[in-house]
Amino acid sequence: METTLVENLPEVTALGVIIKAIIILAVISALAGFGTYIERKVLAFMQRRLGPMHVGPFGLLQIAADGIKLFTKEDIVPQNANKLIFKIAPAITAATAFIALSSVPVFPDFTIPEMVFGVTIPLVGGVFVPSIASDINIGILFVLGMMAAGLYGPLLAGMSQANKWGIIGSARTAVQFLSYEVVTGLSILAPIMIVGSLSFVDFNNAQAGGIGSWLIWQQPVAFVLFLIAGFAETNRTPFDLLEHEAEVVSGYATEYSGMRWGMFFIGEYANMITVAIIASIVFLGGYDSSYELGWLMIILKISFFFFLMLWVRAAWPHVRPDQLMWLCWKVLMPIAVINIVVTGIVIMV
Amino acid sequence: MYEIVAFYLFSALTIGLFSVTVMSSNLLYAMTSLAAGMVLISGFFFLLGADFLGAVQLIVYVGAVMALYSFAMMFFDATRDIKEKNTNDALVFLLGGMSALMLVLMFSAPIFSENVQALYPMTEGVGNAQDVGMVLFTKYLIPFEVAALMLLVAMISGIILAGKKMDSSLTEDMDADDEIMIVKDEK
Repeated sequence: METTLVENLPEVTALGVIIKAIIILAVISALAGFGTYIERKVLAFMQRRLGPMHVGPFGLLQIAADGIKLFTKEDIVPQNANKLIFKIAPAITAATAFIALSSVPVFPDFTIPEMVFGVTIPLVGGVFVPSIASDINIGILFVLGMMAAGLYGPLLAGMSQANKWGIIGSARTAVQFLSYEVVTGLSILAPIMIVGSLSFVDFNNAQAGGIGSWLIWQQPVAFVLFLIAGFAETNRTPFDLLEHEAEVVSGYATEYSGMRWGMFFIGEYANMITVAIIASIVFLGGYDSSYELGWLMIILKISFFFFLMLWVRAAWPHVRPDQLMWLCWKVLMPIAVINIVVTGIVIMV
Repeated sequence: MYEIVAFYLFSALTIGLFSVTVMSSNLLYAMTSLAAGMVLISGFFFLLGADFLGAVQLIVYVGAVMALYSFAMMFFDATRDIKEKNTNDALVFLLGGMSALMLVLMFSAPIFSENVQALYPMTEGVGNAQDVGMVLFTKYLIPFEVAALMLLVAMISGIILAGKKMDSSLTEDMDADDEIMIVKDEK
């Protein structure tokens, strides 16, 4: 029932999964830092500025400077805040983002070599590291559920900090969550009906016949809907109501500083990567494990979605909360339901 | 081995968190432990191999408790403790007695567990979602349809209750504003 991917591959051991988890944690956290640099550079390019230039060549060492700042900044907990919840909230965002990443394919399978340059690798030599840390059959549902649970971070942060901007931020979190969650589920239901499975591996295999067999050609409406809902899910710009600086100072993150704020930040970037991975696998064919470049292709697709998020941030203004609710409930949800009905009729006939 | 450790861990955490929900007079603690407990319950489904139900538990209760939060946010100051009013002793006695009876029944359940058999065991080679679907659309079709009907009724009544002034914005439309003011004055 598990591991539909594995036919003639080595067995997945507990050690392999642990190594995979460490790789995901390390690489995605680092990517979150690098993502800020890319974001600032891309935004600067689109607004005809230079962006970070002073620290290192092309401002590359800005990441290190920001990292040092985040880690060494004073960690302030407001006096009237509910201190326990205030401290837990950032961990919820970061942890759920990484738990969601545990059941999507990140990087190809590989086996750690027994020897490198004649030196035997102790302990981990010869361990098979799977591409999905936990290959469960209902991957898509689990990832969506975990990302939804991630919004408890901003919600609790806003409510616990005894700050009116925070309360507004968490009220907006609840509004946003209740609006987009329906659209995400309904939009991704149509591709699930076509493939007949909730497993990412099955989705990948169903689209193995080249560009012509990508699901985006059969489900363009669902793709656009999922993308819009994905922007809301990751709090990216057209829908970043939770911490819109011009309106509510910083929303739920108003009172946070240092690494607690950094954890929100890492969580947001990890969620962006997760949404990009889901969109690439469900609609754009995913990876092709039959040849080496297949994995490069999915990394390119993920990078494209990441770039798209930055592009949209540079190009579009924010929407108001009532506009978001109007969009989700009165426009996107009916379209998604009609899309499902049409898909169902086409499948049955 | 892993499963036993995970089961006891999840059990202890779930019971602990739900006791916080009941005992705490701080709104934020109560709601947060409720949400966390609901999420941890899905762990039991995963342990039993019912991945689909686990994920559904996760999605449904995350959304449901989030809606509860939004009400709590409207009516209470989340950073302060709430003064509870337990005036009716008879009710407390009744509820407490019923909970105790429930607990006794639950703890004595293993005595009868040999007689319990799975009516619909999992089919080999079929996914979790398909298994649930098969049972839901054959044996439990009528309860399923009744649930759908109830949700429809709830949705329609929700629209009727909330939708009287749906086309006009409360913040932009001065007429709507006047109406609110009049209602306030009458009080």
